[in-house]
Amino acid sequence: MTDVIRARGLVKHYKEIKALDGLDLDVAEGRVLGLLGPNGAGKTTAVRILTTLLVPDAGTAEVAGVDVIGDPNGVRSRIGLSGQYAAVDEHLTGFENLDMIGRLYRMGKKGSRFRARELLERFDLDEAADRPVKTYSGGMRRRLDLAGALVAQPAVLFLDEPTTGLDPRSRLSMWEIIRELVSRGTTLLLTTQYLEEADRLADEIVVIDHGKAIARGTADQLKSQIGGERVELVVESHAHLAAVRETLMRVAVGDVVIDEQTRTVTAPVTGGSSVLIEVLRGLDGSVSVLDVGLRRPTLDDVFLALTGHGTIEENGAGEHANGAQRTKESV
Amino acid sequence: MSALTWAVADGLVVAKRNLIKIKRVPEMIVWILLSPIMFVLLFAYVFGGAIDVGGGIGYREFLIAGVFAQTVVFGATYTGASLAEDMQKGIIDRFRSLPMSRSAVLIGRTASDVFNNILSIGIMALTGLLVGWRIRTSLWDAVAGFALLLLFSYAFSWLMAVVGLLVPNVEVINNASFMVIMPLTFISNAFVPIDGFPTPLRIFAEWNPVSAVTQAARELFGNTNPAAAASEAWSMQNSVLYTLIWIGVILAIFVPLSVRLYKKSVTK
Repeated sequence: MTDVIRARGLVKHYKEIKALDGLDLDVAEGRVLGLLGPNGAGKTTAVRILTTLLVPDAGTAEVAGVDVIGDPNGVRSRIGLSGQYAAVDEHLTGFENLDMIGRLYRMGKKGSRFRARELLERFDLDEAADRPVKTYSGGMRRRLDLAGALVAQPAVLFLDEPTTGLDPRSRLSMWEIIRELVSRGTTLLLTTQYLEEADRLADEIVVIDHGKAIARGTADQLKSQIGGERVELVVESHAHLAAVRETLMRVAVGDVVIDEQTRTVTAPVTGGSSVLIEVLRGLDGSVSVLDVGLRRPTLDDVFLALTGHGTIEENGAGEHANGAQRTKESV
Repeated sequence: MSALTWAVADGLVVAKRNLIKIKRVPEMIVWILLSPIMFVLLFAYVFGGAIDVGGGIGYREFLIAGVFAQTVVFGATYTGASLAEDMQKGIIDRFRSLPMSRSAVLIGRTASDVFNNILSIGIMALTGLLVGWRIRTSLWDAVAGFALLLLFSYAFSWLMAVVGLLVPNVEVINNASFMVIMPLTFISNAFVPIDGFPTPLRIFAEWNPVSAVTQAARELFGNTNPAAAASEAWSMQNSVLYTLIWIGVILAIFVPLSVRLYKKSVTK
């Protein structure tokens, strides 16, 4: 398979801040790459370079076989971009916005109008089509913005945090739209700070922090990279903790950890749910178990393990500083 | 189509967008139109009695060409402010990610502002006629006068476009342009005859482009003072030509400069 997006050694500084520090990216045709990282990690900068909005200080990039720096207009005619902040004019109606974009893609008067109506219907905006965007909800604006990115039916799509700031319902509907697009063969690069979003939408994930890729692979590969599943058991009484520990030691592949406060015993295991059954059988009737489960690590755990800081959105521009305040935790 | 025709075609699409905005937010244009009316009334009735322009011509007739010039210069601020506002919003990222002409946003902006200027000059002319201003030349001279004012405002729009691309936000441009435009319009022949100015100011006023376009408009509308000849300076004796030179120089510098800045600029 050929790479539709290919970036090598991208570097970008904003004054003294290094936004990108030698980033490589590859996305094969028809695949979805999730660029995952906290605020300020460099995700948006990467997208802006690949969509010709920014020129990198160093490095090369090709999109759909066209050099981003050498032939930006060639790239622009092959891509669609939907950004973090809905790039629509709020004084124009939904129809006028899409019609204008069509005209600027040089699709002609008729072609632009037809395409605008078609997209408005597809994104469930036909009723609001002739109202100024000012009256739209956040979810509607985002859908319109995405529609704007699709006007020229691009083969490559860039979505920069497509669901940031959306309510849960709008987010689900956005995910559905994106999945449908991808099923039609669109190559997609998606940035997100939501691990769940990357998990659900992306074939492959690149975890980025301080402008560098710190891990890449499928969601499952990343999860296994920081250790497998764990059995977690909560008992009713502190008196039973020792007994549970004994039992778990027999199946554990690592240290068994006891949290006295929550009366929880955790042990890394392999073998899936059969281990769970074995554990429960091993405990005699005297232990009263409140909760038991097999826990697979989430991508949040991955991030914590890889970067030493979580993915919780920090306020303002001091994202980098906040990471250092937390202690590195091992899983 | 050639690059230039595409630039114009794309520019018209952007201009249409700007004009729709005026339709949707008419308050903006109302403020643009009110300020020249206010200036005419203020100067005609408040200062008018105290200012004697001498021989055979009423102050109001002298004044209107000056307010015309001031209005088109102030109007150009709107170009810069709108551009600065666009640059702050996501819409500019959309434009920049499209395979459209790189100069279209600027061409569209300045083109739609010509429309604004036609409106405000029209309102101004009506207000002027109401307070006693008259065109005393032929129709063609008058048309040439209005055309020159519009051309001058168009050139100034490009100048302010550069300012709009340089400032961090809209508030800055309003303050910054005020600091430049106030002296530019007041140290000129727009509101008072300049022969009473101290020498350095008089020389500045004689070569000030605002004086040139004012003098040119006065000549083309027939509002010059027959008793007191204009200044001896070449710029005032050849005001139409001198204005055209300014227009040419401003466009030659600021059109390519603003396009270059636009290409390089990043959404703030």
